[in-house]
Amino acid sequence: MKKYDNNDSSVVVIIGSGAGGGTLANELCQKGIGVVVLEAGKRQSTSTFINDEWASFEQLAWRDRRTSSGSWRIATDFPNLPAWVCKTVGGSTTHWSGCSLRMREHEFNALSVYGEIDGASLRNWPLSLGELEDFYDRAEDKLGVTRTHGIPGLPGNNNFKVFYNGAKRVGYRDCHTGHIAINSKPRDGRPACQQIGFCSQGCKTGAKWSTLITEIPAAEATGRLDLRSECHVSRIEHDKSGKVTGVVYFDSNGNEQQQLARIVCVAGNAIETPRLLLMSESSQFPDGLANTSGEVGRNYQRHTTGTVYATFDDPVHMYRGATVAGIISAESDHRPERGFAAGYQLETVSVGLPSIASFLEPGGWGRKVTTPIDDYANMAALWIIGEDLPQSENRITLNRSEEDQWGMPVPNVHYDDHANDVAMRNHGFRQGSAIYDAVGAKRIIQSPPFPSSHNMGTCRMSEEPWFGVVNKWGQTHDIPNLFVSDGSQFTTSAAVNPTLTIVALAIRQADWIALRMGRRDI
Amino acid sequence: MSTRRSFISKGSTIAGVLSLSSTAIIALAPARAWALDLESLTTLQGHTLLVLSRHIFPHDTLDSAVYALVVKDLDTLASDPKVATLLIEGIRRLNEVAGGHWLDISPERQLQIVESIAGGEFFEKVRSTAVISLYNNELAFAHFGYGGSSFERGGYLNRGFDDLTWLPSPPDEASPRRSNR
Repeated sequence: MKKYDNNDSSVVVIIGSGAGGGTLANELCQKGIGVVVLEAGKRQSTSTFINDEWASFEQLAWRDRRTSSGSWRIATDFPNLPAWVCKTVGGSTTHWSGCSLRMREHEFNALSVYGEIDGASLRNWPLSLGELEDFYDRAEDKLGVTRTHGIPGLPGNNNFKVFYNGAKRVGYRDCHTGHIAINSKPRDGRPACQQIGFCSQGCKTGAKWSTLITEIPAAEATGRLDLRSECHVSRIEHDKSGKVTGVVYFDSNGNEQQQLARIVCVAGNAIETPRLLLMSESSQFPDGLANTSGEVGRNYQRHTTGTVYATFDDPVHMYRGATVAGIISAESDHRPERGFAAGYQLETVSVGLPSIASFLEPGGWGRKVTTPIDDYANMAALWIIGEDLPQSENRITLNRSEEDQWGMPVPNVHYDDHANDVAMRNHGFRQGSAIYDAVGAKRIIQSPPFPSSHNMGTCRMSEEPWFGVVNKWGQTHDIPNLFVSDGSQFTTSAAVNPTLTIVALAIRQADWIALRMGRRDI
Repeated sequence: MSTRRSFISKGSTIAGVLSLSSTAIIALAPARAWALDLESLTTLQGHTLLVLSRHIFPHDTLDSAVYALVVKDLDTLASDPKVATLLIEGIRRLNEVAGGHWLDISPERQLQIVESIAGGEFFEKVRSTAVISLYNNELAFAHFGYGGSSFERGGYLNRGFDDLTWLPSPPDEASPRRSNR
């Protein structure tokens, strides 16, 4: 494997190896650019992934200490686990379900379409769907998204059959097994899905796209990638001219190291990315790097979510097969007559027996929890995922009263539900319940959000430098050789799982960085 | 530090016999009789926690052998003296409120007392342990009908991922036939 010298200042340093960082690394390596990826987690593989929900959680999840505050139920239900993201090579692409939807035109123009909404910090994205379409196309090809590029859809499982029949009876015309980055037939060195049912535990066949399985090996094959796992970056350094010069990190032995860089790209997911910028404060940048606007860490978005479980007289066995096995997009339009702005998707979801009691009614006990579990084999479930509104005070800050294992302040995640989020969630609960009622549900349970796997917006993209942290290329407004390469860039959250858009933006960013490096602009 | 407690609880065991109706579990078990040796807790404390776990997550037909797995994990946690004290004090309080042995009063009265301690530190220790221990084991998988690890059996592609027959099958355009068989 390639090893660059720590004093080699010609390399691009990427922090994080998930959807953004892993994709960007491969794209740059393919163009002949030398890359050092610093990944805080360990490297796993299809052979080490575990078909066991709790053991897999311990293997893959980011479990470093975090705190939370605000009116969201997560602060009560899971106060030290506000987000369910990963600390492993491949990042949260090891955990994602593969659901790959494009953002829609109205979602790029949230402020113009929805209008000013009290309490919300809505903005339009500084780029249009048209500008991103070619990159979405390349991303779908890279990921092998079903129902694109001639790739057949996946066969639906039992959970989908219940969802589909309910959807039709309620009157949803369009319901199918979705656009999923899981192979329906062998493609790009990955096998076809065996319907194992542990998509979120790493996928032991590799049928699901992840940067661990696809991008990182491809980058390594170029001989230009130096991937350093178990390396936790604690600080980004800069010179007097205000350009970044490299990073400081703790290596796998806990020793502090420094790596010089020509360019630094931060892709640590929307909690760690702003945390690192804030922790990199200096006398020149007392509020943290790239934070002239004061927007670093603000506008934290996590999607409006909720789960509807239903039990029936007959078996479902929802745990068999793909976790997200079907999608209804009809509610993703902006139709304010429903009583809220923006829209949401309905997607099937499955939860295994080991964790269901933790999620059905977090903190709950008694027959309210156990009666539905008695019918576990006859249970179906769907997940609501809607656009939540950015709010300036929903933000990541440094909690200086608590330290992590490196002695660094832990991040605090503050989130208050906006009235629009609540109205949307309740609408989703009603529609989801109607779907199951229509096919004879015995009992329906509406459950609050899981810890957030979709984290966005904390270094948002903006046209004007005072409204955000990065420009339309992910380049920070303040520092020309410092980039943000993950979902932190999102101006608004849109009602789609974020990975496909993160990958499309990373492909686009790689093209732009390579062009500007070639011109010696950066 | 644990010498005295080990001495007191030496030889503590909770035991039972699998109910004949627990057919899914009997199929997995080597014998109908089961026993759990306790390291930190007494037999009476173990039984009290077993019954308390059943009140917190009541499944009428779930065998006590599965609830014993919660006691096993609490017993392991009780090797930490702080946890041991929390559990022992919590049990003492249950008995105190019951005006005797909490185990000996009616299930209805037991539940009333559990409701009165819900949310407290002792209750929360038992609940937060049980919420995982009770459901994350092969006996519970068999009882509730969950498949557990499936990779080594080839997943469900040929083992019923789409075997639901009580609703019509979706058309091919919504759910294509599997392309690899």
